Amino acid sequence: MTHRTLPRFSATFDPHTISEIQRAAATGIYDIRGGGAKRRVPHFDDLLFLGASVSRYPLEGYRERCGTDVVLGTRFAREPVRLKIPVTVAGMSFGSLSAQAKEALGRGASAMGTSTTTGDGGMTEEERGHSTTLVYQLLPSRYGMSPDDLRRADAIEVVVGQGAKPGGGGMLLGQKINERVAEMRDLPEGIDQRSACRHPDWTGPDDLEIKIEELREITDWRIPIYVKVGASRPYYDVALAVKSGADVVVLDGMQGGTAATQEVFIEHVGIPTLAAIRPAVKALEDLGMHRKVQLVVSGGIRSGADVAKALALGADAVSIGTAALIALGDNDPALEEEYRALGTTAGAYDDWHEGNDPAGITTQRPELASRLDPVLAGRRLANYLGVLTLEAQTIARACGKSHVHNLEPEDLVALTIEAAAMAGVPLAGTDWIPGRGL
Amino acid sequence: MCGIVGLFAKSPSLEAHVGALTAQMLAVMGDRGPDSAGFAVYGADTGRLKLTLRSPDAAARDGALAALAARFGEVRPVRRDTHIVVSVPERDEIAARALLAESGVAVVGAGRRMELYKEVGRPEAVAAAFDLPAMAGTHAVGHTRMATESAVTTRGAHPFSTGPDQCLVHNGSLSNHNGVRRMLVREGIAFETENDSEVAAGYLTFRMREGASLEEALTAALADLDGFYTFLVGTRTGFAVLRDPIACKPAVMAETDDYVAFGSEFRALAGLPGIEDAHLFEPEPGRVYAWERPE
Amino acid sequence: MSYFDLADRPLRELNAALHALPVDTNDTHWNVENPAGRHAIACGLTVPITVDLKGHVGYYCAGMNKDADVTIRGNAGVGVAENMMSGRVTVKGDASQSAGASGRGGLLVIEGNAAARCGISMKGIDIVVKGSVGPMSAFMAQKGNLVVFGDAGEALGDSLYEARLFVRGTVASLGADCVETTMGDDDRAALAAVLDEAGLADPGDFRLYASARSLYHFKVDNLDAY
Repeated sequence: MTHRTLPRFSATFDPHTISEIQRAAATGIYDIRGGGAKRRVPHFDDLLFLGASVSRYPLEGYRERCGTDVVLGTRFAREPVRLKIPVTVAGMSFGSLSAQAKEALGRGASAMGTSTTTGDGGMTEEERGHSTTLVYQLLPSRYGMSPDDLRRADAIEVVVGQGAKPGGGGMLLGQKINERVAEMRDLPEGIDQRSACRHPDWTGPDDLEIKIEELREITDWRIPIYVKVGASRPYYDVALAVKSGADVVVLDGMQGGTAATQEVFIEHVGIPTLAAIRPAVKALEDLGMHRKVQLVVSGGIRSGADVAKALALGADAVSIGTAALIALGDNDPALEEEYRALGTTAGAYDDWHEGNDPAGITTQRPELASRLDPVLAGRRLANYLGVLTLEAQTIARACGKSHVHNLEPEDLVALTIEAAAMAGVPLAGTDWIPGRGL
Repeated sequence: MCGIVGLFAKSPSLEAHVGALTAQMLAVMGDRGPDSAGFAVYGADTGRLKLTLRSPDAAARDGALAALAARFGEVRPVRRDTHIVVSVPERDEIAARALLAESGVAVVGAGRRMELYKEVGRPEAVAAAFDLPAMAGTHAVGHTRMATESAVTTRGAHPFSTGPDQCLVHNGSLSNHNGVRRMLVREGIAFETENDSEVAAGYLTFRMREGASLEEALTAALADLDGFYTFLVGTRTGFAVLRDPIACKPAVMAETDDYVAFGSEFRALAGLPGIEDAHLFEPEPGRVYAWERPE
Repeated sequence: MSYFDLADRPLRELNAALHALPVDTNDTHWNVENPAGRHAIACGLTVPITVDLKGHVGYYCAGMNKDADVTIRGNAGVGVAENMMSGRVTVKGDASQSAGASGRGGLLVIEGNAAARCGISMKGIDIVVKGSVGPMSAFMAQKGNLVVFGDAGEALGDSLYEARLFVRGTVASLGADCVETTMGDDDRAALAAVLDEAGLADPGDFRLYASARSLYHFKVDNLDAY
């Protein structure tokens, strides 16, 4: 018997890296996929709450009130958005999602008293009809943009960027541009869609201010105007959104999902959600606008703990995208056989742009989309939103708060030095906040 | 991110009104830049070097004046709010700057003709504080600032002056200014702020120091400065405009027999005399526009 | 006929009054004095009225227009008639950049020149420019017709989809995937219809530029074009 060492894989050229080099060499195109960053980055998991005990008193669960309502857009709009829970559904387009999935999102969110958001592709009847509160996005592509839809929206979100790709446009491969999607977007059917990264008629905060004025004039100053940015330089971006006249700033960290973009963008551009919140809140505080211009945070929100932590760091609400799709039925293990046939596995499926989603969510193929029952899927989303809210309330009560908005950074400690530095809270068991001296 | 304005008198009859017209243009651009404002006016050449000094501290300003007077005799001070313009013989510039460095006042601009004023606040208030409407000159540039990544401070306000009688105002955002700054520092250009626009000013100073004309310096900038910009530049005798090759930031110009005017938006030009019959145009991307007058 | 003087009354009042008009209003002609380069004048109109703006206007004039007929007796700022749905917007002078951006219908007539990015992202609007258009015009233009009597600047029609670009003068350069092509009967009919709608005679000699459609599906050999 010969003595040989076990085969050893390189930490640098690990099997995934090698497969990517091989794939690039074979195809000549960068990898495009959906979903957000898959690498591990410092996140809310690295924070813990300090529950009450002797020095502070908790509220009794289920009996003593802990409010969860949130009002967005109190700065200029005559009719701000009023939500019952601090969790909203992020923008995802009809086109990237099936009509059934959009309807399910509307049903689930409306049942829980919160909002949904359109996406890069216009507003559908399914969505408007089933969403009590609907945020209408104004994107660089302007697909399907219509003044009638602007006026029947409950808020407008000017999208500057998203966490998965701050600074980037996108390319949606042709498979998903079916007849209805093509018509809504004024594009030929079946072609690759190249999305712009800048708006066609403004660049920078000085022009954004004028764009916001136009949107307010068109809607007669009735509804709030949000500005959504991908997290990269949140202090400046939030400050400039405020100076440009935004009512609400939506801040999307790098774990935020996307329908389709280059993997290199998803994994290497932008900063984690955890690292983005404090600079954003600081910008609002420095301008005297914290809680006056509301901050909505998204990117990797999964549980009520994440919700509570984002609020404690200074957000007014959070937004979910990927988690909402999972709640609808995305990546369901029951579909494992079909995921295998697509060369992947339940829990890892991210080729949302290819339009072959066996769950019927990220597809335009009628035979797949019809698998999703919008009523049932909407119910699942409502259940999930309910759990997020109950969990966040549970934590808030344990910290003695009669409203989730009364959570503070001082209610948190960090497990790691990285998280402590990013969140600006002390390392657990110490009073040390890295980067802020002793 | 800002509003910029400029006026270059072709006819001497307009020179008495350059300050008043610039003030009016600046005020209109207040929405584009509410954080701070500044302007440079090119007045009469007295054969001496004019230094524009700035300090928020009146005692420091008085101390500086006393020190200058003790050393150079009469320095003809003109006080305007937080700024004082003094003039010294050109050969004494280095000595004067050394004295001023000790007295804690900043030299915001220097030149035979240029006076430069900038302060935090709404543009109309800044213009009034310095009595801009009463100033006369052959040309002027002005700026209203909405700070992006640099602090809202007077030092961060435009115009930036990095050479004698040279100043620059900028609308946009450069993307390679850190690298260019390092190169310029090696070449001996001094910077006061972290502002990207000051790097652009320093770059032009460097090119002109190496012998380039204003037009040549701006042409070189097209290759070396990356990002988005509309620059408006003043020199002792020149007035020039450059937009980056993509040209996202707005720019409108008006030309008549009497003047050349620049505004980020038409609104800024709307009150100029004879605007109804002016030749209105938008500068082309990546093309240098320069006007020169005799010394 | 209604008069509104923007020197005396705020813009919000004008836009609110225009938005409040019912579709069958008898108040069908509005004269607006002293626009003085203000932004967002007469944006979001929804009824078939005529609005006459006596002077230069700022950004987004007649933005998202539906059914109204807006005339600007002067120059227009950035994004005139942006995302127009229907109706007509006429600029008697020059238009700044991004004229008619992402317009989905209606007719925009610019009697002077248009600056950079005229017709960027256009989605069905027809644009007639009697002067010349600046660089990067019809960038990513999806649908509709851009008719230019004068010249076109650099990179005309970059990343063009199905819009037709008719240019009578010289074209400084063509953008990626934009090519000159021969006019078919459909194209001639489209050009004639646009000119007819604009009330202009066809001086002849237009040349047609359209998408080569080589970027419609990703090919590694087209990498330089991305």
